Amino acid sequence: MKKIPLVSWIILLIGFLYFFVPLIGTLDFSLRLVKDQITLQAYINVLTTPRFQNTFTYSFTMALLTIVTTILLVAPTAYWVHLKLPWLRPFIEFITLLTFVVPAIVLVFGLIRVYARPPLSILESDLGANFLLVMAYTALALATMYRSVDVGLRAIDVRTLTEAAQSLGAGWGTILLQVIFPNLRVALLSGAFVTFAMVIGEFTIATFLARPAFGPYMANVGQTRPYESTALTIISLSLTWACIGAIQLLGRGARGQIAGTGQ
Amino acid sequence: MQTTLPRVRTRNWSLAWVGVVPFFAFAFFFLILPAGTLLIGSVQDKQGNFTLDNFRNMFQGISLNVLAVPSEANLFGLTIPLPFTVDFELNSIISAYILSIQLSVSTALIGGVLGFLLAYAVVLGGLPRFARSALLTFSGVASYFSGVPLAFAFIATLGRLGFVTTLIRNYVGFDLYQTGFSVLSLTGLILTYTYFQFPLMVLIITPALDGLKREWREAAENLGASDAQYWRHVAFPILLPSLLGTMILLFSNAFGAVATPYALTGGNFQLATILIFRQIRGEVLQDPGLGYAVALGMVFVMALSLTLYYWLQRRSERWLKR
Repeated sequence: MKKIPLVSWIILLIGFLYFFVPLIGTLDFSLRLVKDQITLQAYINVLTTPRFQNTFTYSFTMALLTIVTTILLVAPTAYWVHLKLPWLRPFIEFITLLTFVVPAIVLVFGLIRVYARPPLSILESDLGANFLLVMAYTALALATMYRSVDVGLRAIDVRTLTEAAQSLGAGWGTILLQVIFPNLRVALLSGAFVTFAMVIGEFTIATFLARPAFGPYMANVGQTRPYESTALTIISLSLTWACIGAIQLLGRGARGQIAGTGQ
Repeated sequence: MQTTLPRVRTRNWSLAWVGVVPFFAFAFFFLILPAGTLLIGSVQDKQGNFTLDNFRNMFQGISLNVLAVPSEANLFGLTIPLPFTVDFELNSIISAYILSIQLSVSTALIGGVLGFLLAYAVVLGGLPRFARSALLTFSGVASYFSGVPLAFAFIATLGRLGFVTTLIRNYVGFDLYQTGFSVLSLTGLILTYTYFQFPLMVLIITPALDGLKREWREAAENLGASDAQYWRHVAFPILLPSLLGTMILLFSNAFGAVATPYALTGGNFQLATILIFRQIRGEVLQDPGLGYAVALGMVFVMALSLTLYYWLQRRSERWLKR
């Protein structure tokens, strides 16, 4: 029953048109700052704006902090639950589910309500607000990272590895850092890239915590400068591409090595 | 080789819970406490006394009458005659919810169908292997392409001076905007959301299609089933829970979106999320308790859809366990 997959090709073509037409449209738009001319001026304008550099650096830093926080929060917990407290699993899953059920806008609403007034008024200081931003982003990234790590842990024999390490005299820190984390490298890294892609241009939470972040900056540019805003779109999309590309490369590399530790 | 502290293995199970304290502390302070505060705020009046008025006020000024007078309904541009007339009045909150649900359901359906067809085409449609990996890569990127940049992309493409609008105007001699189309309308939002909805469908449903076992098809064929019969009686019933489940996921994905509609319409489009957005800014409602109730309404819709999702997930695992 061999058929010429004409219909399949047509469907695929529609899909790819949907992908690419808006991208081509955006790219085209971003190159037309000067009338009747193809120019990179919009990109130059954006990249040389101090506010772009500042907000981007800020969001980049926050993304890195979020990744570190999420990994430190999720990986040891997931490992520990696997090893010692399997009965806790439903509770952990309930928490990760909660991050889906409470949309970002509702989460930030609640955070403001709790942390903008005594007794926990940490939003008043910059440091407190930055901390809260990282925590909120960690909440957003929690479910993805947990899934990723959980799958990673299922693929390795946690108990045997732990006992082997313990019998060689390793403490918990050593076990986590030198035995478990290296085995979860692919899971952690892909979780990290997804987190980065989610957080770098995040708008809602950053807006309401009044942070000088990249997302609100982009929205701001969009209101006044259409060409620059499309240039920003292309830049931010390239970042997403880079992240997803990195995950795909990781996934490919992972197939061969499961038990290899260290570098 | 690492030879740190030779550690005595203590079998102190009673202290094992200490290891999960950070996680639960985090969950308490940054998820449960904020959500709980909204919950408490929603059942308090301005003096802090318990009340259910906030929820009652959400539905204030609503009336719904069904009259025995024939009328017509407009569904996706199709005019459908109805044997009755629905006469209703809504308030701004309920209209915002209805608009949000309308948008989320349409994009879940459109994205779901398109995504399924694409996944079907690359898994079972006889396309070469590279089509599959290309589709999955693009879907991976596009499903994360949302928020402010996505809104800009669609303005640049379908806006009044957008790429496609101009292209059609110059080469087909037809002005999209003459037809009443606008990228800032519900149709525009649906088209924009679909951009991240169908790739998500592709990503989730492709493994499910992979899970359809060759043996099932062979068994069906041996029993004399046609292609259509196989799909109707075997493949489709097996896939149905995952299809519905994924569409529910798409629904909640769209329902919670803020940045995309905000950047696209500048907050003029009254969705539930935009209503909360403006409430936090102090632009609407003027009643904090009501604001909390509206926020909780969103949590309620999300919880409802995810419960349904998990139930369907369990059903689909019966056959598609991998």
